[in-house]
Amino acid sequence: MLHGRYRELAPHLVPLDYTNNPDIRVPLTLIITMPELKENPFRDRIVETFSEDGHGNLTFNDFVDMFSVLCETSPRELKTIYAFKIYDFNRDNFICKEDLEKTLNKLTKGELTPEEVTLVCDKAIEEADLDGDNKLSFADFENMISKAPDFLR
Amino acid sequence: MPRKKDIAVMDEVGIEVDGDMSDSDDGATPRRGNRRGGGGRGGAKGRGRGKKPASDDEDGEDEEDEEDEAPRGRRGGNRKRATKKRGGSDEDEEEDEAPKRKRGAAKKKKGKGQDSDEEEEEDSDAGRGRKGKKGGRKGKKDDEEEDDEDDGKGKKGKGKDKGKDKDEDDKKKKKKKDGSSSDSNSNDDDEEESMSEGEIARLREEVEEKKTLIANIRNKPWRMKRRLTHLKEAQAFVDKFEGALGKGKGKWARKWYAYKVMMTKKWIKFQRDFENFRTACIPWERKIKEVESHFGSSVASYFIFLRWMYGMNLVLFGFTFGLVVIPEVLMGLPYGSIPRKTVPRAEQETAQDYSVLMDFNGYCKYSVLFYGYYNDQRTIGLLKFRLPLAYLMVGIGTFGYSLMVVIRTMAKNADVGGGDGEEGEFTFAWKMFTSWDYLIGNAETADNKYASITTSFKESIVDEQENQKDENIHLRRFLRVLANFMIICSLGGSGYLIYFVVKRSQEFATRDDLSWYEKNEVEIIMSLLGLVCPPLFETIAELEDYHPRIALKWQLGRIFALFLGNLYTFLFALFDEVNTKLEEEQAIKNASIWAMKEYYANFSRLMNDSEATPPPMDPSDVIRGPCWETAVGIEFVKLTVSDIQVTYLTILIGDFARAVIVRFLNYCWCWDLEAVYPSYGEFDISGNVLGLVFNQGMIWMGAFYAPGLVLINVLRLLSSMYYQCWAVMCTNVPHERVFKASKSNNFYMGLLLLILFLSLLPVVYTIMTLPPSFDCGPFSGKAKMFDVIMETIDLDLPAFMGTLFSYAANPGLIIPAVLLMVLAIYYLNSVSEAYKNSNNELKKKMQMARDEEKNRRNNTDSTNQVMKDLEDLLPNRSLAPPPEEPEPEPEPEVKPTKTKPGKGVKLEMDVTLASANPNARGPGGRPPGPRGPGPGGPGGPGGPGAGPGRGRGRPPPR
Repeated sequence: MLHGRYRELAPHLVPLDYTNNPDIRVPLTLIITMPELKENPFRDRIVETFSEDGHGNLTFNDFVDMFSVLCETSPRELKTIYAFKIYDFNRDNFICKEDLEKTLNKLTKGELTPEEVTLVCDKAIEEADLDGDNKLSFADFENMISKAPDFLR
Repeated sequence: MPRKKDIAVMDEVGIEVDGDMSDSDDGATPRRGNRRGGGGRGGAKGRGRGKKPASDDEDGEDEEDEEDEAPRGRRGGNRKRATKKRGGSDEDEEEDEAPKRKRGAAKKKKGKGQDSDEEEEEDSDAGRGRKGKKGGRKGKKDDEEEDDEDDGKGKKGKGKDKGKDKDEDDKKKKKKKDGSSSDSNSNDDDEEESMSEGEIARLREEVEEKKTLIANIRNKPWRMKRRLTHLKEAQAFVDKFEGALGKGKGKWARKWYAYKVMMTKKWIKFQRDFENFRTACIPWERKIKEVESHFGSSVASYFIFLRWMYGMNLVLFGFTFGLVVIPEVLMGLPYGSIPRKTVPRAEQETAQDYSVLMDFNGYCKYSVLFYGYYNDQRTIGLLKFRLPLAYLMVGIGTFGYSLMVVIRTMAKNADVGGGDGEEGEFTFAWKMFTSWDYLIGNAETADNKYASITTSFKESIVDEQENQKDENIHLRRFLRVLANFMIICSLGGSGYLIYFVVKRSQEFATRDDLSWYEKNEVEIIMSLLGLVCPPLFETIAELEDYHPRIALKWQLGRIFALFLGNLYTFLFALFDEVNTKLEEEQAIKNASIWAMKEYYANFSRLMNDSEATPPPMDPSDVIRGPCWETAVGIEFVKLTVSDIQVTYLTILIGDFARAVIVRFLNYCWCWDLEAVYPSYGEFDISGNVLGLVFNQGMIWMGAFYAPGLVLINVLRLLSSMYYQCWAVMCTNVPHERVFKASKSNNFYMGLLLLILFLSLLPVVYTIMTLPPSFDCGPFSGKAKMFDVIMETIDLDLPAFMGTLFSYAANPGLIIPAVLLMVLAIYYLNSVSEAYKNSNNELKKKMQMARDEEKNRRNNTDSTNQVMKDLEDLLPNRSLAPPPEEPEPEPEPEVKPTKTKPGKGVKLEMDVTLASANPNARGPGGRPPGPRGPGPGGPGGPGGPGAGPGRGRGRPPPR
């Protein structure tokens, strides 16, 4: 069934018979047209996070991976890990201010003024940063998320 | 202990994979290896059955030996299993374990191979620097012994069968040997018995572990391929043994077990679906969310309040109509049968006129909607329904229920308020990372979500700015005091004005030559006050410079105080009216009694017949009293209806017309209408909430005299939900400072409670003190309304109940009861005080703990294992499935910390791969020949295809 979905995205790329040719990759532009991701502000990031090559091209395994993480029964810890990766735009394993600003702008479609964005980012870091390095490490993130009531995704 | 167990699980996994990998080195792809392994096991099942009753025995003993060091032993056992798998590939290794092996009866080459393999394993273990080293070794010792014995026995049996497929047999054997006990179709009942308790226990534990692994496999941030491998391993294992451990023996027991498991799954799924369904059933959830997304939670809180009111009124409606109105309609006397159910002759001409009906006179007045229509028959219909009693009970029950619901909701909200007291900690971070709803797939919803997220950010920003603001505190204080002073002045002034006007109207009431203004002075003044004061208060409140949320509360409180004057003037006017009606009624009553007497006197004089038959008079001609209850009911209904009209018209004109004008006249106007003067209206939260609250007060007061009022109210709330939602969405603009409503809207509830209490007073007063009308309503003919209860006690309940009640009503009993209640209140109050203290204490402690944690984290440069995991997952690094990227150098330096089992395992596994592969490669030159054609038919579909094929079966339901 999932394979069907996968194939739907790029019928010309993905063969029905998957036995011989496992190295198919579906490009980012096709993946984000899925109804589940179409409206998601972080769709690019999500796909990039799950892709093996980091450019948003998904193999079928990546695709399955993505679904298994995003599905509602998947455990919180796992989601936390991937959420961290999604929000970590520049992949330096820290969520720093730029990441936050990007996140915020994606979330609000850029409707906040720059001052407000800066304020919010400062506050967020101030709240969640436990080790005082002005960026959020995974531990900070985990600690913060674990207390969030509605981290369901 | 649980942690250790975890580790054990992980070890198991690592090693098993390990075993597979080395298998695969023999030339097949890993998947093929797996498959073959699986096949071998499967095939072996058949063969291994009658094989070793004896070995089970001794195994069992071993188990008992191991029991004191269960986890380690288990690990050892697993290791052993793994080695066995690997056995085939390393046969030609030296055998230095000879002495031990002598114990085994018949030694074979394979056995040696295995042992040597185990040695390797041990080596690699050492290299790995596993933390549980000691335990591991210990376990291994046991292991070796066990292994030997096992081997020996196994060989005995196997020698007969197939020496060649030994390795697979071994693999199978380990798994199979216990499984075989449950293969009931064979002849080993005795075998079952011979299986010792310890072994069963161990197996059970292992299966449990595997199960946890399967359950947790999603938790591992591994790439899919790696996960699949592990999952397959674990699942194969569980499949084998689960049946054996099944809560009973035999096929049926296993089936039953499987069935049970399946049903549990289904049940869980059903529960989830049901939960979704219930959420979907919450009325107007979408509408409210939509409003919230555009106008913020404060406006939404009004609609939530409205919805709550609707729910409560539905219940009241159910009571009133179910127990009073519908029984009366179905079983009571029909219209026109008795005077109180008939329109009087004088009014019949106009009874159907529209204007009369709109005033709730005419036919409306003599219908089930009002008190007067109900008969005082003690029971009605076949069911002997005690309508008067039901009427009184519903009247009281309405208040009881409302009180209960309001107070319960308040308590619940207070709970919620306490629950998220932590909220301040991560507001922004949470908003940032958790606000997006990942289930949104609709463009429009997404837009709403964007809007609502932006709004909520703005709310938080306002809050934050409020916190940071601290300028001239003295000036602010002074301004606040000034503002309050001014408002108190204006409140007092309006109060005096009302008082003055009411006085004057009483004066006017005695005169006839009144102008229109003088007649309606009270109403006019009232509405003027209502019109002028709220904006005045708002202007004054600007001085105070409160946070909008607090300002809203003040505003609400002040307007409430203003309206109270309004309400009570109305009530006093009403009481005046009632008193005059009562006097009038008294006169009419006397007159009618006198007339009746006359009639009877004449009747008996003329007919010489003392039989008193009722006068042959049409019911519409009977002289009747004014029936003050119905009059009061009509007043309330009229008030409610006019309130509805005014509200709706205000929205239509004040908001909609204004919006239309501003929108379309803007093209041809000399200034910018949208930006400058009229602009669009904001949603008036305070006004609407108060309107709702006062309306509810009217309902509570009026429902006793006009049961139909509840119906009107339900309709009103229903329509205003849609109407106001529409109006707010298309004519209003969001507030300039969007602010977040306090989560528990207990303030609204508090107002409601106050109004409830205030409306309770007059109704209870009338029930308890005023005599009911003599010729209308369910209580006619009684001195007091509550006499109906006395009557019921006297007539329907057994005698001792009556005496019981009379005792209960004794002041001697009531005063102690009241005292007791006061004491209880005092006690509970002090207890809650104590709780509050300890709560604060705890909060302080938590804050301290948090600070400490901060410090601690600053100091330790924790080599965060999870971080490494993350790195591992980054694109372009070690993404290929484990077997395809052997890292040649063993990494002995890796030290998994105990605290991070997951990570430890993974690293360990990598290392396992790394170290195992070279080892395996040495002997890897061996052709896979002997093992190749496993009994299970190892061929099957080729390697690479298997991966996705299985993957397809496993993906989570989406």
